Amino acid sequence: MTPFSYVRAADADAAVRHSGVDAKYLGGGTNLVDLMRETIERPGTLVDVTGLSAEITETDGGGLLIGAAVRNTALAEHGLVRRRYPMLARAIVAGASPQIRNMATVAGNILQRTRCAYFYDRAGSRCNKREPGQGCDAIDGFNRMHAILGASPACVATHPSDMCVALAALDATVHLSGADGERRLPFADLHRLPGDEPDRDTVLQPGDLITAVELPPLPIAARSTYRKVRDRSSYAFALVSVAAALSVENGTVTDVRLALGGVAHKPWRASKAEQALCGQPATEATFRAAAAAELAAAEPLRDNAFKVELAQRTMVAVLGELAEVEVLGGGA
Amino acid sequence: MGIIVNGTDVALPDDPRVSLLDLLRERLRLSGTKKGCDQGACGACTVLVDGQRILSCLALAVQYEGRSVTTIEGLGDEGALHPLQQAFIEHDGFQCGYCTPGQICSAVGMIEELRRGVPSHVTADLAATAIPHSRDELRERMSGNLCRCGAHNGIMDAIAETYGAETHAEAAE
Ligand SMILES: Cc1cc2nc3c(=O)[nH]c(=O)nc-3n(C[C@H](O)[C@H](O)[C@H](O)COP(=O)(O)OP(=O)(O)OC[C@H]3O[C@@H](n4cnc5c(N)ncnc54)[C@H](O)[C@@H]3O)c2cc1C
Ligand code: SF4
Ligand code: FES
Ligand code: FES
Repeated sequence: MTPFSYVRAADADAAVRHSGVDAKYLGGGTNLVDLMRETIERPGTLVDVTGLSAEITETDGGGLLIGAAVRNTALAEHGLVRRRYPMLARAIVAGASPQIRNMATVAGNILQRTRCAYFYDRAGSRCNKREPGQGCDAIDGFNRMHAILGASPACVATHPSDMCVALAALDATVHLSGADGERRLPFADLHRLPGDEPDRDTVLQPGDLITAVELPPLPIAARSTYRKVRDRSSYAFALVSVAAALSVENGTVTDVRLALGGVAHKPWRASKAEQALCGQPATEATFRAAAAAELAAAEPLRDNAFKVELAQRTMVAVLGELAEVEVLGGGA
Repeated sequence: MGIIVNGTDVALPDDPRVSLLDLLRERLRLSGTKKGCDQGACGACTVLVDGQRILSCLALAVQYEGRSVTTIEGLGDEGALHPLQQAFIEHDGFQCGYCTPGQICSAVGMIEELRRGVPSHVTADLAATAIPHSRDELRERMSGNLCRCGAHNGIMDAIAETYGAETHAEAAE
């Protein structure tokens, strides 16, 4: 690890004041400390922001305001999250391990970096995310875990978070504090596609602090879930995951929220599938067609073509479960 | 203020790079807590902070100023084993023993989470406040602790017996 100095910020204003050119905010440290040990991140100052709000409060309209320092376990455990946004609780407990979830903060989870093995291999691999312009060893390498949607010739990495897939589906808003004061950003606009700047995971500027995440009131989310497909049944990153909320009236889909994980550089809101579902009969045929519409643009790599079908089947299975419709020979 | 380790106030390291794990092992010579991967993947370094289980390898010691850390040395000792330690012996919950301190600290934190009603990946009913102490629940909740020797069945039996869930033999009946 490169030497650094450590300060603890009592609140958001102090945190922003402490942040300088080579400073980084520190949440639970479960991603940042690891990356510093690998000398992939080399901040000169760590500003500990676990003293920021760790509260979950109900907003006027019946949404939730989640402080940036809320631990992942505390969010998954919260009664209102479990009842009103079950997909979020399910997504969180599908991620990492209990010990890590006890440490990890909401903001840190959102800003965790990719698990691309070439990104981690500073000594032996080329990576445009780590060293812009260097090249990408994943594109023609072992890319089973990599992106099938929205990638670029510069980077094919995926965003590893489970929680973020639910936040994308739930139309969350991120509260920020930075050099120019406070602002809000739709969660969907926070993470970027790699384009030709894969070193930038998000649209945030240096020094931007996440202070909270807001969930809108969303009655449809009370009937929602999260399904994660991975190489072992626990403690593994997603190959593909699906967050979904569905409302069906008289056999017709009236509203839906759908997002995918493990497929792109950002949590992937499946807007095309949502459009293809609304107003249609809640049948396997509809679910299949919607999933196919979303994946039509998929560009698989050497090792991950399986994800294209896997993502579709998982979407169909999850929609079948929520609609209580028999799919794929027994998904419901 | 320092860190309280097993009831004793300990000075913080001057260098903020020192992990909680290295503070425990290298500076305090509390070598019960093990370093397996040093990157969050194995659980061997699990300790309790104010009763919550965390990974000491991904924790900077300075972050835990004023907090109370319990390691395996603080749970029991040779004359007075923790009930889980005794159960691990009785159920062959280890071979080499390297993962064992982490397993035991993890299980102590785990049962508090279960009693509090924290849901897990296998919890069927998210709205339920009381979660069954089933084998599936215990297994999922212990999945952050790997065992290279494959002592998992013994580990699960020791935990199940100590915390009143069905044992492997009962489940198989
Ligand atoms: C072995 C292992 C397995 C894992 N498996 C999974 C998995 O299956 N699914 C999953 O989703 N995750 C998984 N994770 C990742 C884990 O969820 C993240 O490491 C964790 O959520 C990060 O949160 P943190 O608070 O520890 O972040 P930190 O490591 O403290 O910070 C992460 C980033 O966020 C920035 N940051 C922190 N707080 C703020 C703030 N308030 N404002 C602005 N920037 C901030 C930091 O500067 C840093 O860049 C795994 C991790 C490990 C080690
Ligand atoms: S996929 Fe992205 S993160 Fe992985 S090596 Fe290529 S540029 Fe780096
Ligand atoms: S040593 Fe900490 S998780 Fe492996
Ligand atoms: S007993 Fe050897 S690693 Fe678990």
